[in-house]
Amino acid sequence: MPSMLATKIKVTPEIVAEHGLTPEEYARIEKILGRKPNFTELGIFSVMWSEHCSYKSSRVHLRRLPTQAPQVLQGPGENAGVVDVGDGLAAVFKMESHNHPSYVEPFQGAATGVGGILRDVFTMGARPIAVLDSLRFGAITTANGEAPEAIARNRRLVDGVVRGIAFYGNCFGVPTVGGEVEFEPGYAGNPLVNVLALGIAPKDRLFFARARGEGNPVIYVGAKTGRDGIHGASLLASAEFTEESQRKRPNVQVGDPFLEKLLLEACLEAMATGAIVGIQDMGAAGLTSSSCEMASRGGVGIEIELDRVPQRETGMTAYEIMLSESQERMLLVAERGREAEVLRVFRKWGLDAIEIGRVASDGMLRVLQHGQIAAEIPADALAEQAPVYQRPIAAPKASSTREIFFRLSPAGADLTANFRKLLAAPSIASKRWIFEQYDHMVRTNTTVVPGAADAAVVRLKGTRRALALATDGKGRWCSLDPRAGAMHAVAEAARNVSAVGARPSAATNCLNFGNPEKPEVMWQFSEAVDGMAEACRALSIPITGGNVSFYNDTLGKSIDPTPIVGVLGVLENADAALTMAFRNEGDAIVLLDGRGALPSAVSQRSGSEEREALREFSSSEYARSIAGKLAGVPPAIDLAAESRLIDALVALAADGILSSAHDVSDGGIAVTLAECGFASQGLAGEIAWRSDEADELALFAETGARAIVSLPQASLARLLTLAAEYRVSATQMGRVTRGQFQLSHNGATVVRDDSAALGEIWSGAIEQAILGEQASKQA
Amino acid sequence: MKIGVVVFPGSNCDHDALHAATEVLHQPAEFIWHQSQDLTGFDAVILPGGFSYGDYLRTGAIARFSPVMNAIARFARSGGLVLGICNGFQILCEAGLLPGALMRNKGLRFICRDVHVRVETAATPFTSAGRAGQVLRLPIAHAEGNYFCDAATLANLKTQNQIIFRYCAPDGSNEPSANPNGSLDSIAGICNRERNILGMMPHPERAVEAALGSTDGLVVFRSLVQSSARQPAAAVS
Repeated sequence: MPSMLATKIKVTPEIVAEHGLTPEEYARIEKILGRKPNFTELGIFSVMWSEHCSYKSSRVHLRRLPTQAPQVLQGPGENAGVVDVGDGLAAVFKMESHNHPSYVEPFQGAATGVGGILRDVFTMGARPIAVLDSLRFGAITTANGEAPEAIARNRRLVDGVVRGIAFYGNCFGVPTVGGEVEFEPGYAGNPLVNVLALGIAPKDRLFFARARGEGNPVIYVGAKTGRDGIHGASLLASAEFTEESQRKRPNVQVGDPFLEKLLLEACLEAMATGAIVGIQDMGAAGLTSSSCEMASRGGVGIEIELDRVPQRETGMTAYEIMLSESQERMLLVAERGREAEVLRVFRKWGLDAIEIGRVASDGMLRVLQHGQIAAEIPADALAEQAPVYQRPIAAPKASSTREIFFRLSPAGADLTANFRKLLAAPSIASKRWIFEQYDHMVRTNTTVVPGAADAAVVRLKGTRRALALATDGKGRWCSLDPRAGAMHAVAEAARNVSAVGARPSAATNCLNFGNPEKPEVMWQFSEAVDGMAEACRALSIPITGGNVSFYNDTLGKSIDPTPIVGVLGVLENADAALTMAFRNEGDAIVLLDGRGALPSAVSQRSGSEEREALREFSSSEYARSIAGKLAGVPPAIDLAAESRLIDALVALAADGILSSAHDVSDGGIAVTLAECGFASQGLAGEIAWRSDEADELALFAETGARAIVSLPQASLARLLTLAAEYRVSATQMGRVTRGQFQLSHNGATVVRDDSAALGEIWSGAIEQAILGEQASKQA
Repeated sequence: MKIGVVVFPGSNCDHDALHAATEVLHQPAEFIWHQSQDLTGFDAVILPGGFSYGDYLRTGAIARFSPVMNAIARFARSGGLVLGICNGFQILCEAGLLPGALMRNKGLRFICRDVHVRVETAATPFTSAGRAGQVLRLPIAHAEGNYFCDAATLANLKTQNQIIFRYCAPDGSNEPSANPNGSLDSIAGICNRERNILGMMPHPERAVEAALGSTDGLVVFRSLVQSSARQPAAAVS
């Protein structure tokens, strides 16, 4: 029996604390081992029991999410979620965050975020076919009075993150087809970079991260192991930022998308040999997590020899090798006797591939180095027996933010100037400058490109189907009411998917929150989970997996709670996908509302109804852009109405009578209508309607369960019939015109401008903010 | 005709080119691994887009040393048709099979969007199904598409009618803002003196089906098919 390798560093209470472990957690470790852990073992426990890897603060809440449905082949618990999408195919998808590394080193942080989620997908045997990214930054314009240094830093972050995503996705060869970006002051010290990847595999040829078969070889493939990213999981992702954060730079992983592309091709080819039993990518906590998780899930043990691990640097200790987060590596288990078939494939692609150990039957993770035992831990203890915390929850005291502050403009006032200001707001403005840096067409599956519709659509070659994807999440609403905000995130993502005609099928999520040790943050988390669960149940959308990112705090201040949802939809007929651009001059423009027939337009609203409407309006993007602040409450959400609208849109798309569809969200009806024009070739809208609301509420309120569609006048009758079947109201608001964009409410023209001029403001705002006026004229 | 699509480590648009050849043009097509030196039986070879060798050192700089490039040089000398798309164009320039070089885009960023290019001449096997002056809407997706060559080379390209595509306005007119990357003389694609090797930055294989938004790329592929029908497969040792 090999003897224990003596580690240079002795474990002391200070060392334990530095590793992010509490004294109680340490005591638990001693109990599991029946002895004190050595330094290497301490390191291994610290990463596996970190918040990022163990979900110790979130597990008790995540159990409340609905995860089952007939189409779900694999729910939470594996590398990604898997959904049956017909024709023998499975969609493998998940969203993950890489927030903290992106703050420290935006380019590499974002790049490796993309790399990590891609591996989670192709480790299951699915070739990645689409990526979406959900980004949150602080202000990039001076519009709301932020300090110049803060704005400059936010611009650098945006630039670095976008270049990083482009660098990785483009070189790897997966199209980045959608996502969203929002700018809110709360993210200034904590940008959010959430990346969703989707892959396709034959549903009977999926691969899982489970080791089995005593004596089966454990094989390491991919990049060499270096010292990068050590403690990325435990120190970066599981702790707040302070003034010393600059020193966390060595913890940021460095990505090589070319290597990952080779790894992808080699893995898919090796999987096709049939010799692979189980496979897991080396992500957070690298070799440690992949080995103990595969062992634990398979109910077996794994023994590995570190001397056989390909290393990029000399003199690496067992601690360093086990904790390294060097990218582009996988760990796989093969059938004994068939190793050569597997190794040959990796050699062809020029990748390191070497047997570093074997599957054991004793359930232990045994790590050997220089002929001695460097670590010996029950695999289950690492993967499954991390503490599970019921962190204290406390709702914040009622705050003044629920009060109304917004002062409406007088009836009939010209709102054109305000509208221009709104269109230039980075959260509303076109994201063209961003998505044109992403190859969104590679693999020739993208049938609806970024900006063309509310969701991205990628076709499934060899079938008539396509898949639609959208991500959404509103931190500004969740900060006011986490439960309602989370419900809106689900509803909006689902609505976006249905707006292209796809039926929502399943969802993934990324829950971005502050420090879970703060009771108000834990309250936000619990509320958001409940909201998400309720909305998912109401809309029949199971959660198939996702990610939790805690500790998004800087200098003691938490981000707005930001649960982000990514919904996957199935379009039975890829050719029937709807986009938002107006198509024909003279088409009718119709507002669909899932709440059904509204009370008579001219009835007087009660005083309290008016106040509530204004309280809701105070949380809108219009309020943020015009009044410079946010307060009030999110719009009331009606899940039954959302559900009806989703069904109606899916049916209308299949029926083929619509020219365009675009759901109403940020900036309300006015922005929605304008965007339908901007996406077209010079078309615009002339809209006139009456309601009992104030002008600004009618134009800019962000009430849910609504969509704007356009269609030939001759098809209007059919639309009204279909809408009635789904109990969705359909109100004609105007017609598609050319040139002038005009909105009239209650008889007064409140917005009138040249549509092309408005389009230029909307289209150039972000480029101008990032590059400055000069540069954007040259580019 | 039989089309070969070369696969270098890091090629990304290989499947797209194969799909265009087999599913859209219904021509037999195969992948050619970059280490192969045998191009027997192929009428045309496509060097697809992507990031061969991760664009290490310079885009295309390492791929030009792949064994298959020797075979491609011989294939071309015997009259075989070679189409280099995006990274393929970059590799052909690095290999000296086409003159000039592709530098970083003027804006220093990757650009992915639709552009318009004008077919300058139908007198090539890659544009024979089109006509001079025809405007094609094709996607670009590159960070190094800025074509450059010295004055003497440019003069030569012009006199020999080797400039095949130029970026243009939607109506086909010359328009500085239509040039997305600062390319010399708005050059988007060129051919060699013998007119059997074409390099182009836009992606015709991404514009061969209505579902993808444009079918203008079919001009290039149809020309290829037509041209190979006129000449038998090149004998390559």
